[in-house]
Amino acid sequence: MSGPSLMDSLFQRSLEDLIKGLRQQLIGEQAFISKALEEIRKEIKSTDLSIKSTALLKLSYLSSLHFHDMSFATFHALEVLSSPRFSHKKIAYHAISLSFHDSTPVLLLITNHLRKDLTSTNEFEVSLSLRCLSKIANVDLARDLTPEIFTLMSSNKLYVRKKAVAVVLRVFEKYPDSVRVCFKRLVENLDNSDPQILSAVIGVFCELACKDPRSYLPLAPEFYKILVDSKNNWVLIKVLKIFAKLAPLEPRLAKRVVEPICDHMRRTGAKSLLFECVRTVVTSLSEYDSAVRLAVGKVPEFLVDEDPNLKYLGLQVLSIVAQKHLWAVSQNKEAVIKSLSDADPNIKIESLRLVMAMVSECNVTEISRVLVNHALKSDPEFCNEILGSILSTCSRNVYEIIVDFDWYVSLLGEMSRIPHCHKGEEIENQLIDIGIRVKDVRLELVRVSRDLLIDPALLGNFFLHRVLCAASWASGEYVKFSRNPLELMEALLQPRTRLLPPSIRAIYIQSAFKVLVFCLHTYLMQRGSTFSSTSPDNLPSVVSASVSDESFDNLSVENGVDATVTHGQICTPAFITNESIVNLLNMVELALGPLVGSHDVEVQERARNVLGFVDLTKLKFLNYSVQEENDSEGKGVEASNIIELMHDAFSKELGPISLSAQGNVSLPDGLIVKENLGDLEMICCDIELPSSNSFSFGSPCEEKDGVSFSNLQIKEDSEQSNESTSLLAEHRKRHGLYYLPLGKSEISNDYPPANDPILQGNINGNAVDLVKITEESLVPKRKPSHAKPRPVVVKLDEVDEKPVALKKFESKDDSLSGAVRDILFGSEDMVPTSSQSNLSDKSSSKRKGKEKQHTAPHVESKENLVDDGNPSSRRRKYRSHGKERRHRSPRKKTAEEREGQKEKEKSSHRHGRHKSGQRAEEPLNVSAQAPVIPDFLL
Amino acid sequence: MIHFVLLISRQGKVRLIKWYSPYSQKERTKVIRELSGVILTRGPKLCNFVEWRGFKVVYKRYASLYFCMCIDQDDNELEILEIIHHYVEILDRYFGSVCELDLIFNFHKAYYILDEILIAGELQESSKKTVALLIAAQDSLVETAKEQAGSISNIIAQATK
Repeated sequence: MSGPSLMDSLFQRSLEDLIKGLRQQLIGEQAFISKALEEIRKEIKSTDLSIKSTALLKLSYLSSLHFHDMSFATFHALEVLSSPRFSHKKIAYHAISLSFHDSTPVLLLITNHLRKDLTSTNEFEVSLSLRCLSKIANVDLARDLTPEIFTLMSSNKLYVRKKAVAVVLRVFEKYPDSVRVCFKRLVENLDNSDPQILSAVIGVFCELACKDPRSYLPLAPEFYKILVDSKNNWVLIKVLKIFAKLAPLEPRLAKRVVEPICDHMRRTGAKSLLFECVRTVVTSLSEYDSAVRLAVGKVPEFLVDEDPNLKYLGLQVLSIVAQKHLWAVSQNKEAVIKSLSDADPNIKIESLRLVMAMVSECNVTEISRVLVNHALKSDPEFCNEILGSILSTCSRNVYEIIVDFDWYVSLLGEMSRIPHCHKGEEIENQLIDIGIRVKDVRLELVRVSRDLLIDPALLGNFFLHRVLCAASWASGEYVKFSRNPLELMEALLQPRTRLLPPSIRAIYIQSAFKVLVFCLHTYLMQRGSTFSSTSPDNLPSVVSASVSDESFDNLSVENGVDATVTHGQICTPAFITNESIVNLLNMVELALGPLVGSHDVEVQERARNVLGFVDLTKLKFLNYSVQEENDSEGKGVEASNIIELMHDAFSKELGPISLSAQGNVSLPDGLIVKENLGDLEMICCDIELPSSNSFSFGSPCEEKDGVSFSNLQIKEDSEQSNESTSLLAEHRKRHGLYYLPLGKSEISNDYPPANDPILQGNINGNAVDLVKITEESLVPKRKPSHAKPRPVVVKLDEVDEKPVALKKFESKDDSLSGAVRDILFGSEDMVPTSSQSNLSDKSSSKRKGKEKQHTAPHVESKENLVDDGNPSSRRRKYRSHGKERRHRSPRKKTAEEREGQKEKEKSSHRHGRHKSGQRAEEPLNVSAQAPVIPDFLL
Repeated sequence: MIHFVLLISRQGKVRLIKWYSPYSQKERTKVIRELSGVILTRGPKLCNFVEWRGFKVVYKRYASLYFCMCIDQDDNELEILEIIHHYVEILDRYFGSVCELDLIFNFHKAYYILDEILIAGELQESSKKTVALLIAAQDSLVETAKEQAGSISNIIAQATK
């Protein structure tokens, strides 16, 4: 035994050797480490403590810097801990604080070691033990070592005392009942003159007050004294933090502390303290105007400083002030805007937040202009940050701050043209959303869409595809506002659309279809009117129109024609001639012909639909060009009927639908709505339901592709309405909130899919009803002061409702603050009532295991209260048990409390009781019982 | 309070790490990876604060080492910067113009010094002199113990036990 020990100690690799070896990396880091770990595993089993401790030291090095598991050595660490040598102890404590956690199995064995060292005469050993406890304390350790901590908190060695005070925070956290024992001593330490101890105590109170400030209000006089007297900046900063938490709870307290804080603000040269004062004022004392003014007056000092840290903090303070005093931000507007171009991304983002905080109805145009210009210049990341915040601010609360929607839509168009813009999806959503919600903006929306669609360069930008998708949908849906549908058509069918993903291309084709139908319809209407007047005199005008039309086919924008469009009205293009129609049809055939063989089903199907329609109608227009309309009467009428029907199908208005709209639909008589749709699958098993079934109007008809329709028009009709809504459906998927979760489920889902035109009509009819209902429920928000009235934005009641956040029930903190409150507000009569003592008797006997039965149900329910807390603490409580915490009425005045605090005998009495094993009182949630705050400081 | 202290080199190597809040081993490696990604990429002359997962990380670069401390949202960043500086000054005094190598070879001492400055995530000693004295006292305790253990007679005594 002795031989190997000698050899080991002589030839053991020391920590330095290990580190050197690692750095040389002769055999690679991983290989070296695993070799070293092997050695360590051997060495750590040695009986020689110095070998063991060196091994442990090496292991803790590998664990902390190379993240190797050292849980296998927990027991060995304890062995080293038992060494009488300080150097070994130090290594052992270091290893333990690195590796132990709440579920370490040997944690129970450490209690006695810690206790021994806590009572050691060597202050360094005590300090090692305290430090370790601060790291690894769990419920058991905290409970078992509370008496030792209590003693150390009044130790005359300051070095030990301050550590004990600092550790008490952890002990309280883990074992709230220790508050009963230690709290008074903690409070006594507040009067200590030593700055280090004061700093430690204030640190503890600062952390405690963060969790539950109300419990510490009675200590306000002590804190106030420190605030006024202390010269130590570390302490002052912490005290200010405490007051920042306390002041909002008690207005009289706020009134008292405002002056001293302002004094500090005026006097101090330390930026950290100044900053803390400013922050305290703006967060917690924002009602005191003079203080806020003083604080805001200090902000420029930070903003103009060279040090980016101070600049950042200045901006942060401003963003806190902005919530209540917007003027402070506008005062520093220049500095804020300037920091938008700072080199530091954090500063930029902070100033962006501030700029966004300044946005209001009147300046949104201006600010957006500035920001968009900025976005053009900045790096891609920040550019998108800017765009994102503009988008989210403007769309807040259903576009609350937007008055001029025309402007906003054109801004959206402009934003999507910014080179780095990656916000396509959000812009797409907003374009469609606004199109649906705001009627008055559609003219502008179509114009913006046209500009986007017509630019072939945009098609190459992947991030813009979503925007283009929205633009194509809008121009198809609202084609009646278009100034030049023919031009639109060319844009939609331009060859570069092949760059689009198929899903978006399908929408392009669909929109082209709508535009086509619109053109044909307009043309027919025109003709109808021309021929009804049957005047050859009109002919020249048609000819002149056709002349100007020629230029359109060349895709050049003709200003003269644009000018003919009357503003704000549905403009009927007066220039569609037969020739241009024929050209149009040819163009469609040319562009969509190749797509018939597309691999994407959506694209293929839609292309086929359009081409089918063209086939049906083309003849009529070709005939027109050859002869007059009388010759082709039979076919012509049919074709115009088709066009008429198609046009009707497309002109149905689609609006947002309230989530609760379903409830407004009365159940038709005789319709039995089943609770369980289990047999639905049986009915539909042979029909593959498309995924869009649940939210598009006409989808049931889609499955009927193979079925021959008796009436071709109906097929077209239904598919049209179906497909025109598919984009909307996509939109709905995203904005599910605004819509019925299932499109009229009682009709479309309970019945087998049918191609019954009447049913179709019903569905559409219902949709119209729903829109009406929602329109009734909208609350128009008009501001009379605006020169241009804000257009009506269709709003649904539910949109603004936000889900109520669930409050997290923190019973653990409650138990801690409950215990603290118990001490601070506790009345003199500590004698438990009979029922309580009864309870404690029962539970203590239960702990002893003599009585295993249930205690009274009353107790059960009490215990359930803490069930939500930390399971381990609950378990602990369950085992050790205790009596019910007394709910005392907090009617005591401060003076009496102070008296109470000074009653040493009382605490020692409790202490004694604690030792006798009855200490585990069960704290209960007392948050319901708000203490009346005594009139301190008066 | 301070949730953890992290020292990383410019190459992203961890030189010291001390946790004051509970983090699992998995979280720890993730935290280090994430933070070194955030901090090491920041250029010079930028501000020393980074918002990260609802916390704030205050960092400062000294030569090739980044000293980082993670704090709560409402803690005072400037105070933490001072603590970092305080720590660096004490290290400097202890090692005599400290460099990264000192910390690499004396990693445990860097921990012991940090332990004298911070406890339970709070500053406990703001005097550099006191910390230096305390560390010296403990070192001498360790040294005497080592001498006893290291002396030949002791080894022989052990060997012949």
